[in-house]
Amino acid sequence: MGAGQPGDREWPITMTDRTMIDSKAIDPKTTASKVADPYLSHLELDQPDKTFLDSNELVINMGPQHPATHGVLRVILKLDGEKVLGTECVIGYLHRGVEKIAENRTYTMFNPYVDRMDYVAAVSNGLGYCEAVEKLLNIEAPPRAKYIRVILTELNRMASHQLWLGTHALDIGAMTPLFYTFRDREEILKIFEKYCGARLTTHAFRIGGCQYETYEGFERDVTKFLDFVPPKIDEYEELLTSNRIWLERTKNVGVISRADAIALGVTGPVLRASGVKWDLRKAQPYAAYSDFDFEIPIGANGDTYDRYTVRMEEMRQSLRIIRQAVERIPEGPIMAKVPKVMKPPVGEVYHSIEAPKGELGYFIVSDGSTQPYRVRVRPPSFVNLQALDVMVRGALVADVIAVIGTLDIVLGEVDR
Amino acid sequence: MVSKLNGQYGSGIREASTYLGQNYMVVEPSVVSELLQILRDREQFDYCVDITAVHYPEREKQFDLLWILYSFPRNERIRVKIMIADGESVPSAVSIWATANWLEREVYDMFGIRFDGHPDLKRILLPDGWKGHPLRKDYGIIQQDQEWVQANLGIESGP
Repeated sequence: MGAGQPGDREWPITMTDRTMIDSKAIDPKTTASKVADPYLSHLELDQPDKTFLDSNELVINMGPQHPATHGVLRVILKLDGEKVLGTECVIGYLHRGVEKIAENRTYTMFNPYVDRMDYVAAVSNGLGYCEAVEKLLNIEAPPRAKYIRVILTELNRMASHQLWLGTHALDIGAMTPLFYTFRDREEILKIFEKYCGARLTTHAFRIGGCQYETYEGFERDVTKFLDFVPPKIDEYEELLTSNRIWLERTKNVGVISRADAIALGVTGPVLRASGVKWDLRKAQPYAAYSDFDFEIPIGANGDTYDRYTVRMEEMRQSLRIIRQAVERIPEGPIMAKVPKVMKPPVGEVYHSIEAPKGELGYFIVSDGSTQPYRVRVRPPSFVNLQALDVMVRGALVADVIAVIGTLDIVLGEVDR
Repeated sequence: MVSKLNGQYGSGIREASTYLGQNYMVVEPSVVSELLQILRDREQFDYCVDITAVHYPEREKQFDLLWILYSFPRNERIRVKIMIADGESVPSAVSIWATANWLEREVYDMFGIRFDGHPDLKRILLPDGWKGHPLRKDYGIIQQDQEWVQANLGIESGP
């Protein structure tokens, strides 16, 4: 694999011996039945002279049961030899109708459901939902609750990025980072467990603040973690950042330009790696983020390597935010005055936060009753996944794996 | 900005207001395509955050269709809303923002609103042969396409 531009790669394409497959001998009816699958229609296989047997093009399925698709994602690849001519994502295998469920639950009852969308960053989901409902109710969480929220959300961002790094590196063929990241992620999950009893689907926040006061020794545990983890991040970087195999597999792979990224609505680290310095924590601060100093790391080339460096730096910035929050955490109540029966006034609100994967938005419509009339979740993974096709066209099959990993999708959130 | 657009469209913009600090405007379906184009080109709303719909079955114009837009240069959001009747189709915004592709497919899947000029309008989350659009209010919470479930999964399930 060369390190030049993606288009430069010329790969020997295994040509099928044309004498072996006489395209005229193929019954047109059988060829037609191959394109009955509507997912294949846009790949233009229905044109007789473009059947894959005739032109050495091959259509294969990657997934839904494929370890490198991070869940149940089916990607239909149209290939010319090893080169990707086009892709089509088939999603929905994990669709549970979260938005429909919301319409049949009260505001409080729906809160734990949002944790099940992006199940590796449950705390962020909960934060977005609680803040959206608070906005609709026109209440504000007390400062102490906001600080607790920031600490837990940033810890969760850290955990999400560690999980991403481990699995992404595993996809590319590096096994060790997985063990390292999962070992260190455990420390975060222990803090979650001690705080609220759950490790993954935490349901950490309530509308109006937090349910639980921090446990005895919370600050000490978090500070201990802050001292423990920076050398570990250096350790990950030591394994990968200048590793020749890693560079070959990630540099100039899955490039997305700044303009394409904006047009495709891509957010989060993927957008920042393309050179857009935009982070909702800075652009439209929520919770207590306006109180902290931190940088927004950006990339220059928009390739897989840049997305890796952006996320690595984001982990360090998260630690910076957590340290400031732990040091300055104010005393006071953790719950605002919230009515026992929540009936937000009639109206609509859109609120979004910077989740580990990008902009996570909630659009909530209230009809004045105890149940939301409509909850729309704007999932970052869903929108980011749409960019896959642009990013892998002209690349190799192995690069598709790398790009799915670098997009950091969670299918629970894509399908909802 | 709104007053400028108002001068151009007059009655096309029915309402432009702010609720809880969030700007939105309600416009006529006939001008929405042009308006979205103008919002992107002249007002720098270069990022289409989301497209979604809300169903009000008791209304004559049953659906609210919304575009949530954001501008990177202005750091500002706006919601554009139209009201349409069941069966009415809407011009697609895919040529304005590429991201509209999947978002419109999801609206079609969940509500059955058709988008004219969409390159590949088909279901996205539900399987292709599925009947019904689940986020409509007349679709029950445990309702499902039993025919599809039996034919494809081979199980007896549902109410």
